[in-house]
Amino acid sequence: MRVLVLAGRRLAASIPTLFLILIGVFLLLQLAPGDTVDALMAQMGGGDAATARQLREFYGLDLSVWAQLGNYLWRLVRLDLGFSAIYGKPVATVIAERLPATILLMTASLSLAFFFGLILGVVAARGVNKWPDTLISTLGLMFYAMPTFWFGLMAIVVFSIYLQWLPAGGFEDITVSYTGLRRTLDIATHLVLPTLTLGLFYMAIYLRIMRGSMLEVLNLDFVRTARSKGMDETRVVVRHVLRNALLPMVTLIGLQAGTMLGGSVVVESVFSLPGLGRLAYESVIQRDLNTLLGIVFVSALLVIAVNFIVDLLYARLDPRITTGS
Amino acid sequence: MDLVKLYVRSPPAVIGLVLLILVLAMAASADILYPRDPLALAGRPLIWPFSNPRFLLGTDNSGRDIAAQIFHGARISLLIGGVSTMISVMIGITIGALAGYYGAFVDTALMRVTEAFQTLPNFLLVLVLVAVFGSTITTVTVAIGIVSWPASARLTRAEFLSLRNREFVQVGRTLGLKDTRLIFGEILPNALPPVIVYASVVMAIAILLESALAFLKLSDPNVASWGNLIGAGRDVLRVQWYVSAIPGIAILVTVLAVSLVGQGLNDALNPRLKSR
Repeated sequence: MRVLVLAGRRLAASIPTLFLILIGVFLLLQLAPGDTVDALMAQMGGGDAATARQLREFYGLDLSVWAQLGNYLWRLVRLDLGFSAIYGKPVATVIAERLPATILLMTASLSLAFFFGLILGVVAARGVNKWPDTLISTLGLMFYAMPTFWFGLMAIVVFSIYLQWLPAGGFEDITVSYTGLRRTLDIATHLVLPTLTLGLFYMAIYLRIMRGSMLEVLNLDFVRTARSKGMDETRVVVRHVLRNALLPMVTLIGLQAGTMLGGSVVVESVFSLPGLGRLAYESVIQRDLNTLLGIVFVSALLVIAVNFIVDLLYARLDPRITTGS
Repeated sequence: MDLVKLYVRSPPAVIGLVLLILVLAMAASADILYPRDPLALAGRPLIWPFSNPRFLLGTDNSGRDIAAQIFHGARISLLIGGVSTMISVMIGITIGALAGYYGAFVDTALMRVTEAFQTLPNFLLVLVLVAVFGSTITTVTVAIGIVSWPASARLTRAEFLSLRNREFVQVGRTLGLKDTRLIFGEILPNALPPVIVYASVVMAIAILLESALAFLKLSDPNVASWGNLIGAGRDVLRVQWYVSAIPGIAILVTVLAVSLVGQGLNDALNPRLKSR
């Protein structure tokens, strides 16, 4: 219960942050050359000034900036993200259509990064300064320094063009309509390369943190006690060290959630996945500022949600956090 | 001198330094080795690397010399990486110093802003900034600087919190030194080392951010950027994959060099942590 209260308090504290972001980005977008109506008129192939005025009145764009901001925030409270003139649908619908691909990609990449980062970090720490450590650390450095989109392109060259094992892009095969298990399998094969592309960069970070934190915990007194009890090394690591060494890893998930969402913009473009990141890119190109603002809102919400989960996990791993202070 | 000795003891740090000098040499010699505009037509398009001695690394899909673009690209990457890192560290230090020194409500307010920047995915904010202010090399550099300061701010703030009540600061206060003098003249020099080391991380990320932006064709199209070349090569990826592959290796080497040098500096400055 106390955990929930504590995490809930953190959640409440993030509401002002959310408003700060929205107000900031809203005001920033006011400086953008051209508004939704300009984009709309360009799409219709031009029009006269009277139509433009009418449209501006219709979208409430003739009001002062502050009135518009007030309107926007008031609509937001009622979970109305406005209307996308480019897609001809409410922004909420457009985003909801694109959200599943991004969430799938992020969950898969995060799991890959966390799981393999953990294992490789433990292996490297246990053989510190021997060849497995050197190999793993070098590999980690490489993945860290590699631009993700470049890795994605090279993976396409190797696995899709030469070996023809995996599809080069898209979310699913649109030439045949699979259902049920076949469809799940189809989506999974489409997501292998994007997941590797986004995940390996973060795996490199996780393995480095895990290695460092393992080395730190391995030198603590309680580990020496466990060893002197005659416990074998594997059990010492699994039962005593791991739980403590995991804390920085979990913190990192919360810190990295935002960057990962940003990284998905690039990865989704490389693999033409219909996700939130690609939508962000498209709305920048098409000057669909309403949608862009909506995406900012939803991504901030996602980051806050991830941090909420991290808080809960954290308290579970380290009981001192809730009982202490 | 001790620092140099400690630094040289670590092989990865030395490799990093050699690579960094190599990239710097490439940037410095670009005008001498390839005096022509790297974005000008040079020959037949899509010549494979090592097949024509005039174009050692071949040509891209519009017949531009890849080697020339790589050499001139080194300048752009280092320039954008360096300047945006400076902007970001400067913002970070100022905000972190004010928050850490004054505490109370100044701290709360500034940390809220920092939190806001950390909650918003930084690449998304770069996209917004580029959408609003256009994609010239200046706006791209400033945009990258603006999105990457929060970590340095937190680092500086933490240092200030631990330093602000030390004796030498109290002495300064008793002597009646002004706040600005205390912040910038007394505390900051002591708080700086970890921030400077962290700057290497900021620079690595800045270079990667710019290349990603250029790859998406949202960076300045009028400069020879490695990301631009990767983006151009994407259209001919099926057969002439080398057009994208070569600039990617250049980015990899540069980011690797910057990270290794940063890590080496960190280890040399904190010798106790060396064993990790």
